[in-house]
Amino acid sequence: MSEFLLLRHRNIGEEGIAELDEYLRLGGFQAFRKVVTQMSPQQVIDLVKASGLRGRGGAGFPTGIKWSFLSDRFPRYVVANSDESEPGTFKDREIMERNPFQFLEGLMICAYASQAHVAYNYCRGEFWQLVDELQSKVIQLHDHGMLGDRIFGSEFSLQIHHHLGAGAYICGEESALLESIEGKLGQPRLKPPFPADRGLYQQPTVVNNTETLANVPLIIERGAEWYRSIGVEKSCGPKIMCLSGHAKNPGNYEVPLGTTFRELIFDLADGITGDKRLKAILPSGASAPILPATDVVLDTPLTYEDVSLVGSQLGSASIILLDETVDVSWAAMKTTRFFKHESCGKCTPCREGTYWMDRLLHRINNGQGDHEDANLLGEVAKQITGKCLCPLGDFSTSAVISGLELFHDDFTQHVRNGNGSTVELSE
Amino acid sequence: MADQVTLKIDGDVVSVPAGTLIVDAAKSVSNDIPVFCYHPKLDPVGMCRMCLVEVGTPLRDRESGEPELDEHGDQKINWMPKLQTACTVPVSAGMRVRTATQQVTRARKDVVEFLLTSHPLDCPVCDKGGECPLQNLTMSHGSGESRYLFDEKIQLQKRVPLGELIFLDRERCIQCARCTRFQDELVGEPVIGFDKRGRALQIVTFSEPGFDSHFSGNTTDICPVGALTTADFRFGARPWEMQHTPSICPHCTVGCNTHLNTRRSGMVGGTVIKRVMPRQNEKVNEIWLCDKGRFGHHFAGSSDRLTVPLVRKDGRTIEQSWEHVLPLVAAKLAAADGEVAGIAGERLSNEDLFCFQTLVEGLGGRTMQWPGRMGGGDLVQQVGVGAGTDLAQLGAETVILVVASDLAEEAPLWWFKVRQAATKAGATLNKHPASLVVANARDTKLDRYANHIVRYSYGDEVQTVQALTHAISGDGAGIETGIDAQHNPLLSEVARAIEAAENMIIIYGSEGLDFSGSGALAQACANLLIASGHVGGVGNGLLPVWPSNNTQGAWDMGVRPAGMSVSEFTSGAKVVLLAGADPVGDGESLPEDAFVVISELFKTDTASRADVVLPAQAFVEREGSYTSGDRRVQRFYPALPALGDAMPDWNIFVRLTALLGLGTVPAGAGAVMRQIAADVPRYDGISYERLADVEEQWPHVGGRDSYYGGTAFENSAGLGLQTPTLAEMGHQVQPGNVEPPSVESGEFLVVPITLLYDRGSMLLRSKIMHQRLPEPYIELNVVDAERAGVGAGDRVALRVNGHDWEMATRVSTSPPEGVILFPRSLAGPLLPRTMVASLRKLES
Repeated sequence: MSEFLLLRHRNIGEEGIAELDEYLRLGGFQAFRKVVTQMSPQQVIDLVKASGLRGRGGAGFPTGIKWSFLSDRFPRYVVANSDESEPGTFKDREIMERNPFQFLEGLMICAYASQAHVAYNYCRGEFWQLVDELQSKVIQLHDHGMLGDRIFGSEFSLQIHHHLGAGAYICGEESALLESIEGKLGQPRLKPPFPADRGLYQQPTVVNNTETLANVPLIIERGAEWYRSIGVEKSCGPKIMCLSGHAKNPGNYEVPLGTTFRELIFDLADGITGDKRLKAILPSGASAPILPATDVVLDTPLTYEDVSLVGSQLGSASIILLDETVDVSWAAMKTTRFFKHESCGKCTPCREGTYWMDRLLHRINNGQGDHEDANLLGEVAKQITGKCLCPLGDFSTSAVISGLELFHDDFTQHVRNGNGSTVELSE
Repeated sequence: MADQVTLKIDGDVVSVPAGTLIVDAAKSVSNDIPVFCYHPKLDPVGMCRMCLVEVGTPLRDRESGEPELDEHGDQKINWMPKLQTACTVPVSAGMRVRTATQQVTRARKDVVEFLLTSHPLDCPVCDKGGECPLQNLTMSHGSGESRYLFDEKIQLQKRVPLGELIFLDRERCIQCARCTRFQDELVGEPVIGFDKRGRALQIVTFSEPGFDSHFSGNTTDICPVGALTTADFRFGARPWEMQHTPSICPHCTVGCNTHLNTRRSGMVGGTVIKRVMPRQNEKVNEIWLCDKGRFGHHFAGSSDRLTVPLVRKDGRTIEQSWEHVLPLVAAKLAAADGEVAGIAGERLSNEDLFCFQTLVEGLGGRTMQWPGRMGGGDLVQQVGVGAGTDLAQLGAETVILVVASDLAEEAPLWWFKVRQAATKAGATLNKHPASLVVANARDTKLDRYANHIVRYSYGDEVQTVQALTHAISGDGAGIETGIDAQHNPLLSEVARAIEAAENMIIIYGSEGLDFSGSGALAQACANLLIASGHVGGVGNGLLPVWPSNNTQGAWDMGVRPAGMSVSEFTSGAKVVLLAGADPVGDGESLPEDAFVVISELFKTDTASRADVVLPAQAFVEREGSYTSGDRRVQRFYPALPALGDAMPDWNIFVRLTALLGLGTVPAGAGAVMRQIAADVPRYDGISYERLADVEEQWPHVGGRDSYYGGTAFENSAGLGLQTPTLAEMGHQVQPGNVEPPSVESGEFLVVPITLLYDRGSMLLRSKIMHQRLPEPYIELNVVDAERAGVGAGDRVALRVNGHDWEMATRVSTSPPEGVILFPRSLAGPLLPRTMVASLRKLES
């Protein structure tokens, strides 16, 4: 692809786009002006529906359809999910740092389409500096008459508020995020009702990922057909892949959906550090099953459908590479420790199960396990799966179950070898 | 009536109201789906994951909407791919639920195993052991062996005080949030909550003092493990060792149903009350109890109880036997020539009051209710709230007017239920709240839930209600009112709401009013109910917030307020006969030359003045009945053996009646009730047998299945019976004349108010409550405080009614300007009514 659409700095080679003047010079906020002055909210929703844009936060739900689900009650709210807490995901931060106005413009268009007059940008607590920056940009937009009352002389008014979380994985889950904005303990709500019916303060609410929103101005500007021409049929548009682990050149790669693992890893990122053999891929941070680095997997296109066909999920596309030196039981211990630490504690299987898996994995990795422990680990993981209140509980077992299935020896070798290196238990 | 929905749970076809959750539908056909976090009184949260079941819905043709059938002609079912929580999914037509499949059985075993990985398994020393859902469900669904290494268990604090009344054992807590949801949804006081996350998730209290709520004890009942315990019962006994005696709470006019759990105690050397537990009566207290009722029972077991009759002889008090003392009293009564003044407390049982009235009447004497400071008992008999009314269930068709009462302090469970009606928080199929109007001269806790708050000045209570009647009846014929509702937008709005309402209940109190004032208010309220057509049916009528538990019973038995001071009432009496009344302690005086006889629990100031003191049995040692404010006659049973020679009050009066040859002697409390049924209007048909009748109640709690925990909830001892009102009996009750009270004027108006936690004789003898009892104080408006140069916490001298009080000051915006709120029973004599006073700051 010849141009970068979400991280435009790569295209123009300048950081200037983060400045409002430069963004405006390049045609920024024309899309927002167009929807507010020329389009009805329904027309915007129809256009986004037609574009085939799907949520970039992980679930891949069609964005336009989500917007059309809002219950017929007011006030409504729109919320940008910039919690970005999946391990190995660092795309939303870069969008907000390098191309903040495109994201804000997307959020504003979303608010217009949803007939919301208040928009929130929910950021993880560690983004406090970034939020300072964004806040000054929101003030700039007010000064330019693009936020506030009667924007462009229309009936439409909009305020944007930033909200900092206190650093919790669960607050990336939309209903826990809403609880957090309301000042409550970050725990997921029962669904149904969904946020489109009872969201923030029990009012109809759209929650979209930051990257999803950054796509929206492009769709307005250049049309649904143009957007559909990027990527493949069901997974269209550009997508930022967050590549980390044993990649020679880790970082964010904006590619059309449908690019293969091989193209991303070997063509764009120049392969594996030290030219070692690639052993496994975690395609969606800690939360999706591990994939073995087979030819079939490497030639799999990065789309929501294809990655799921080979047994995992594209998710937020936080692709972590593990080379041949990595012990998968160690990697599973790391993801499990993360989930144990981040479990909100609301439902039993996740609260107790992640803790148990963590204990088992430490025992195994310390060489203190017996032959039954790997089996027990698998059983505990399956015991959690399918019983949790929110999807994050199921995520906690992905790496463990797939790791045991694909790399069973990595787990049992510790038993055979006796005590390996001692791994400290986390708090 | 909600639409019925039919579904199939395993083999059972079940028909339940739309909106019912699967778990409740299953319970209705005795299919106990195991639960921990779910509680039928609370909104479901689906947290514990214990109730997972297979759920399917009929497959429908997309085009026609018709159900699809398989080759056998059966409906095709679309089974959900994952197990569903039965506690969160409402039923739908044609739904299929499977609760006994291998997948479901396995899921239950899995969840129990997860819970036990962090549970200490200290059942042998746990207070909940024996009535513990976790224990029970582990036995029925858990695995017999543990796969979790014991050494890897987390060890947490076992004794975390959430205040001095409730303790948390962090190891036992399974994070089900029943306690926090109870406080949040049902009480509206989220003073406890979760802190941290994951395995560190813990219950903490946010209030000072800790767990600052009148309902805290209930959380220990609904806790499905032994994580929350009360300071009263902690390590006190095992549930299976205790006897359950059905009883009625003696504290306020609600009449909460309780169980007294008793056990032999080696330390005390006899049987003692180990705990007081709520007993289910949905229309009265549901399954709840306020902390005063739960912890304030220790007066009965107090070591200063009277146990032997005492006679004053030559200035000395000597112990006497009943055989000596009763003839002595009878002789004095016989010699009094009808100059007998009888004063009976409102706390006595119906049997006591009836026998007291019979005796004194037989002697040609006169009786008086003590303290007898509230009027309207006769009107309650005429237009009282309709039998079968459940305050919490009142919905959008009802207006509830609360006037001159701080309900939260005076009748906690009614406050709880009215709040329910006005918020519809918690689990309820009816989501349409009743319309609540709170009328008072100051802020009360109920204001938060009111649709309309009417503020009047103390003294304007009656006229405010009259103004509403005036606005409704239009012509205002015969109604004198200083307040014009037509030109008062708020009052006219309330009047319109009353006119539009299908049902209306008026809950009236006596704040700021004396006997005649509150009687006038009751009449004004009755007139409003009659004028708007809201008498004689369920959800309609007058509900009095009586100052005591059996004030209504006293009215019904003919022991009525005298409307005068005790010294006026007893003037000229040769014998003053008192029962459960302490006028001397409240600053009244008895005639010097009268022979004074009293039956009492304690050596009160009046007992010290008496010539004969007769030891009475406390309610825990005897049987009897109380009549609550909604005219519900309820029976209590003996839980403990008699103390010393103490006798039930009714028996004392019956024996005196016999000795005096005034009548026959009923052989027991039940026989007294038969006499009451024969003699007292509207009590006909009431008998101990019928008071013991029960009918099925929802939800099913307690009992042997311990489904929601606890063994004490189950009510098999009676729901009580409500006496009919004249309106219900078809009488056309006519409005009466109202004489509004006059108001004194002075520097300050001192208004006595009622606190739930006072320093009266019952709570002072319950040491466990001491930290919650306020030091004597008065409450001033900020403006007045500034003017008088008094700050919060300053000590002041209050001169009123010729008496000086020294107390601490609280300053707030709640009392109106010029008004000093004076909590009753905190210090010194009772303030008989609203009075004028002067205030002086004391130098510290």
